[in-house]
Amino acid sequence: MGNLDLLMHGFGVAITPMHLMLMVGGVLMGLVVGVLPGLGAPNGVSLLIPLTFALDPTSAIILLSSMYWGALFGGSTTSILFNIPGEPSSVATTFDGYPMARKGESTRALTLAFMSAGVGALIGVIVITLLAGWASNFALQFGAPEYFAVYFLAFAAFIGMGSASPAKTLVSLTTGLLLSTVGMDTVTGEIRLTFGLDQLLSGISFLVVVIGLFGIGELLSTVQEGLRFRGVGSKIDLRDVLRTIAELPRYWATTIRSGLIGIWMGITPGGPTAASFMSYGIARQASRKGEAFGTGRPEGIVAPETADHSAGSCAMLPMLALGVPSSATAAVMMGGLMIWGLTPGPMLFATKPDFVWGLIASMYVSNLIGVILVLATVPMFAALLRIPFAIIGPMIVVICFVGAYTVSSASFDLWLVLLFGLVGYLFTKLGYPLAPLVLAMVLGHKAENAFHQSMILSNGSLEIFFSNTLVTSIMLIALALLILPKTLQLGSRLRRKAPVE
Amino acid sequence: MTKIKTALLTAAAVMVAAPAMAEWAPNRPIEFVVASGAGGGTDNFARTIQSALTRNDIVDAPMVVLNKGGGSGAEAFLYARQNAGDPNKLIFGTNNVYLLPYVAKLAYTTEDLQPVATLALDEFLVWVKADSPYESITDLIDAAKEAPGTITFGGSQSKDTDETLVALIEQVSGADFKYVPFNGGGETGVQLAGGHIAANVNNPNENIGQWQAGAVRPLCVFSPERMAESEPIGDDMGWHDIPTCKEAGLDIESYQMPRTVWLPKDTDPEVVAFYEDAMKKVAETPEWQDYLTKTSQTGAVLLDEELASFIQTNEDNTVKVFQAEGWTAAE
Repeated sequence: MGNLDLLMHGFGVAITPMHLMLMVGGVLMGLVVGVLPGLGAPNGVSLLIPLTFALDPTSAIILLSSMYWGALFGGSTTSILFNIPGEPSSVATTFDGYPMARKGESTRALTLAFMSAGVGALIGVIVITLLAGWASNFALQFGAPEYFAVYFLAFAAFIGMGSASPAKTLVSLTTGLLLSTVGMDTVTGEIRLTFGLDQLLSGISFLVVVIGLFGIGELLSTVQEGLRFRGVGSKIDLRDVLRTIAELPRYWATTIRSGLIGIWMGITPGGPTAASFMSYGIARQASRKGEAFGTGRPEGIVAPETADHSAGSCAMLPMLALGVPSSATAAVMMGGLMIWGLTPGPMLFATKPDFVWGLIASMYVSNLIGVILVLATVPMFAALLRIPFAIIGPMIVVICFVGAYTVSSASFDLWLVLLFGLVGYLFTKLGYPLAPLVLAMVLGHKAENAFHQSMILSNGSLEIFFSNTLVTSIMLIALALLILPKTLQLGSRLRRKAPVE
Repeated sequence: MTKIKTALLTAAAVMVAAPAMAEWAPNRPIEFVVASGAGGGTDNFARTIQSALTRNDIVDAPMVVLNKGGGSGAEAFLYARQNAGDPNKLIFGTNNVYLLPYVAKLAYTTEDLQPVATLALDEFLVWVKADSPYESITDLIDAAKEAPGTITFGGSQSKDTDETLVALIEQVSGADFKYVPFNGGGETGVQLAGGHIAANVNNPNENIGQWQAGAVRPLCVFSPERMAESEPIGDDMGWHDIPTCKEAGLDIESYQMPRTVWLPKDTDPEVVAFYEDAMKKVAETPEWQDYLTKTSQTGAVLLDEELASFIQTNEDNTVKVFQAEGWTAAE
């Protein structure tokens, strides 16, 4: 009960006119930042840090975190409308969100995304409130082998039941892994695959690739298909929003499952991007009509969005309690924390209750503000699809390039966007799935590092991945997810054949 | 008539030019190029200076922080090379500026940058988990001698300051540790608190939270003298109560990491003087003092010749370790 008292105290800190203003301002700025691909939450938050020098730490973190929530909401918008993920964590939302919007149901898709995002955030904050102490102990259990097991699970969950042919999935996956190794390797300190190009020293930015693959790639396909977005003619009606909200409780199982995945990935530094992919993959496996995913299934939107936001909120916990940020944005905020003179760590909860619980209480309030604000903008965003392609097409190109440039202010990245635009177009035309490539780019390097560290620890023995209950159970779940779906398919095919003979 | 005109024009030109020659001041936004990702130690260093300069009106021009942490910071130094002569770019790093070219083949050399100042020295300590059997650094070294290559030392990055220090400990003591590189000091701290590694060589700021919570404890510090007095932090000990490694029986006089500020090469001497002056003023601000206390670093303003000789010594000592380990990049 102690935590609830503290939370009430936190509400007292968080709900002041000044703080409410900061929340609305932060969420709005975050929305803008989130909608523009490339200018993601980490950039937005780090741009804001100098402004916070004049604020006290509690107000400062409320402003920064509100911006983060806004960006998480905003990132889904362009994913759904234009197939351009505004944030890395909303890549998985494109898989079903964009097809649904193309069917003329953009209002429904946006509402589903925003509502489940809100629910996800709520689940995350409740967990933080109740389990603040326990969760940080859980995160301490994770060493290198456990991390590898988690990443392996994310891969397994996503790939186990890919609808594309296994060979094509493998090509896409290994391309992604290859791309993720460019740059300096943490474990060996070697520079790899840069071909002497200085521009490749820091690696190939995942965001730049995604903007190219999805944004430009999709645009090329659209041009080929006759210069028209198929979303044109979608009805825009506020009643649609309400109808969709009424539809939500039907997906309760997906919501709860995705919320749990998000919590887990948020607390153990897997991050929102991994959470959304994993959740999407598991939702696809759990669904009986597995094949229909990718055609605009509501669960395909609910799952990644819920997980994304619950992971995003939960990521605050290891940042505050352990000083380990589990998302890029949390890392930037942690930098802010140190500049304001706070030391993240287990003692922060004891020494600065106003700050910690003020932040937690503000997460309830600013997410509520976020949901209301974004729902109000749904008709406006959905209307964007009515603009003729001749106008919106060039605008998307501009947004893509501006977005890619802002990632690290390098003009080299613009060439990469063009190149990957072409790659995306070819992959789509030839039936290679893009998702495994993206997943491998996000998790490839982390998984490789964790694997390499584990190998150093165990002197090269794979037994380390089955050396304690925690890591063994994660590995077993992962292996099951990887093998079972195919075996079951095979089994049912055999059984169906048996009577015929 | 024309003579007078010419004379007047000359006079006017001299008057306009004179102040510019005497003193340079930035007329465009200054880029703070940080050789680490957002949230890293170098990033905090740069942002603290940004805040001290802004709040105390030391520099009028706006300042923008740009993180270029790719390739262990090499990205930032390459950027300096590409912008030679640009007075509006300050580069923030550690000793990686002059050490990186030794261990990796990179397209820049230390001569591409102009040192401006060192403002602080970050300390290194040996930390173990609170319930570990090692009570002193000699315990740890003896254990490593008994079972060579089994005791794990975590650290951030590879062939960077942490691994260099572990290698130095091995060379001095004859023990053999197993070094595991992680992404950063924070991560290494948590790995230690979780008991996944036996020890680490984190900076005070990277482990203070875990020490406060009683999850880890320090064995010794690699500085010539004990650290400054402080409030008790963990186990009723403050920073001053930690023995130096030398007094604890490990013969390493000092191992510290400078926090450094650089300009691209070929800027005017006035530009360097301007920034030297600004950094001196920063060192006197309350924000800076606060930063030193909070992060338990030692303030040390080194400029000009003092700086050059510090860099020389630090470089020579470290390269000796590199050579002994065979890390120096092939020619």
